[in-house]
Amino acid sequence: MSTTPAAAEFKRDATTLTKDLRHRSLIRTALKKYEIARDSKKALFQDWQSARQTAAEIKWDAINHLDTHLADFARNLEARGTRVHWASNAEQAREIILTIVREKKASAIVKSKVMTGEEIHLNEALEKEGFEVVESDLGEFIVQLRKEPPYHFVFPAMHLTRGQISETFAKELGSAPTDSPEELTMIARRVLRGKYVTADIGISGANFGIAETGMISITENEGNARLTCALPKVHIALMGIEKILPKFEDLALFLPMLGTAGAGQTLTGYNSMYGGPRQPGETDGPEEFHVVLLDNKRTTLMADPEQRDALHCMRCGACLNVCPIYKNVGGHTYGTTYQGPIGSVITPHLRGLQQWKHLSFASSLCGGCTQACPVKIDLHHHLLQSRRNAIAQRPVWWEKIAFRALSYLFNHAGLFSLGMKLGRIGQIFHPLVKATRIDPAHAWTQSRELPKVAPETFREWWQHRK
Amino acid sequence: MKITLFIPCFIDACFPKVGASAVEIFERLGHTIEYPQELTCCGQPAFNSGYWDETREVADKVLVRLKHSEVVVIVSGSCGAMIKNFYPQLYAGTGQEAAAKALAAKTYEFTDFLVSKLGVTDLGARFPHRVTFHDGCHGLRELGIKKQPRQLLAHVQGLELIEMSEAETCCGFGGTFSAKFPMISSAMGENKIGSALETGAEYIVSNDSSCLMHQQGLIDRQKKPLRTLHIAEILNTR
Repeated sequence: MSTTPAAAEFKRDATTLTKDLRHRSLIRTALKKYEIARDSKKALFQDWQSARQTAAEIKWDAINHLDTHLADFARNLEARGTRVHWASNAEQAREIILTIVREKKASAIVKSKVMTGEEIHLNEALEKEGFEVVESDLGEFIVQLRKEPPYHFVFPAMHLTRGQISETFAKELGSAPTDSPEELTMIARRVLRGKYVTADIGISGANFGIAETGMISITENEGNARLTCALPKVHIALMGIEKILPKFEDLALFLPMLGTAGAGQTLTGYNSMYGGPRQPGETDGPEEFHVVLLDNKRTTLMADPEQRDALHCMRCGACLNVCPIYKNVGGHTYGTTYQGPIGSVITPHLRGLQQWKHLSFASSLCGGCTQACPVKIDLHHHLLQSRRNAIAQRPVWWEKIAFRALSYLFNHAGLFSLGMKLGRIGQIFHPLVKATRIDPAHAWTQSRELPKVAPETFREWWQHRK
Repeated sequence: MKITLFIPCFIDACFPKVGASAVEIFERLGHTIEYPQELTCCGQPAFNSGYWDETREVADKVLVRLKHSEVVVIVSGSCGAMIKNFYPQLYAGTGQEAAAKALAAKTYEFTDFLVSKLGVTDLGARFPHRVTFHDGCHGLRELGIKKQPRQLLAHVQGLELIEMSEAETCCGFGGTFSAKFPMISSAMGENKIGSALETGAEYIVSNDSSCLMHQQGLIDRQKKPLRTLHIAEILNTR
């Protein structure tokens, strides 16, 4: 495989993290608990498999008729005074948001969890212009203090122990060290409550956008998104265009599904709908409501009929939680906004196949992700297709020669038999170079013993037997 | 029945007893075995590496040679999935698509063939050991094989099957993945072997020698008290 900077970084970080047994056990333990909770909630569905099928069909309709659904969504939002903005790329989305923020001369901005915000590097853009941005989701707040990207797009700080969080708070907020999760939460809450009251602008994401009613749906467990969306005078929601659901009633399936697959909850703690700014006669809510619709290459992915179903994703994280690659290399190693299998599938579409193809190859194709996906995205087969597409576009010359030679060998059984005989001789001398740099099987033998060619191969046994 | 046995390349070279056990089991059951010696490999390494043209060079020969077989049995879930699930994709939209689908329809993984097609679960085997079973991902998720090997093992005299935790988690072999990302592959393998050791089993048994090749490689290097064994070898014990 030709190596890009992103691939080299991935390999370097994967080498470090896979050796880190503390990390391995921390993540495995956390995700084992998740699996138990998820399975108990899955069991509450009358038929989880048909729920998945229905969800996949609803999203199929949403994505295949996105043009009309998006137009309905925007029209219904605008009818209640919401300003709808269309952004084809990250730069446009940042500029739309910056323009609003500048216009309001915002002194403080509070954000709830916005993965699209990570995708367009919104915080950096706002901070560069001198605006203060505070993340209000506890996990996001912690990684923001540590100046780290989220480790997991649902559980941003899952890689940290209570001790590490306490240290971070002590260093950045001056709080007294504590081991109690409640106390740690209270420290964050005291800081954040002050921010909600003073913030001029609240920025949120959207879990779903309902075309039929022109509403965005936000699910969360901490109540922070409600405060972010309701207290400041201006609410800006940044939403990927694929988050559309055609009908309001679709939420009856998608909300429990998201809670179950995402965190092993029957329903997420708080489920809110936002349909517009404060209406005449209403006593609360923002004075202005902006919805920024982000394409940022999602339409490029839509143009690929084979992998289009990747736009069904509702970012529940179920595929990360079962992925043995994710569990061993950790979220930061990916170097992407969206980690794990879904990230490995969509990042090449969003940010370039040749630069991100290594993520397609960094998979054992076990299919655990596909089995876990509540909307039935054919994740591991998409990795296989991306491998094919990347190689068809730009083959690696030595691999091509090697596979040509191998095909020739496999097509000539006599040569194959000769190869086995030579292998038998070769393996006598192999210990001389085993696991060293000049070992042709170094990639295997650095951690494993090589299987041996048997004294009698199957075909030899068959011939002798006859 | 005349059974055409497809012996994958690595089983031919490194694990001939797996193939020999399958031959002996089927013959004991009264079937005739045909072994097409001109076939060596299903083409999966090139396929999973993205080289589909090179894969077809190998697969073309398989399609032609197995065209008239009554049934094809493969002693590996992974190679079975290659022919059953991926050949039709490999040839989608080509003149050989129908041939690929026809081959897929008559191709079986070994344990699935015994249980689902022949209706056999008791082979009179005796293996007085504690074992744990590893589900190869291709067999498990591509072919949906989970209960068949367990039904067969349940009838082996003296055998005690102890399921390991995270039994459906990949062991990290993944074909060329094991060489492209050896650090991830080995970490996954260590977790798998750890789960197997926790059961107190003497053997990790599987219907896929490719996974076992990787696991045995780690076991030998780390000198763990475990051995790996293909299910066909157990079913062929007397």
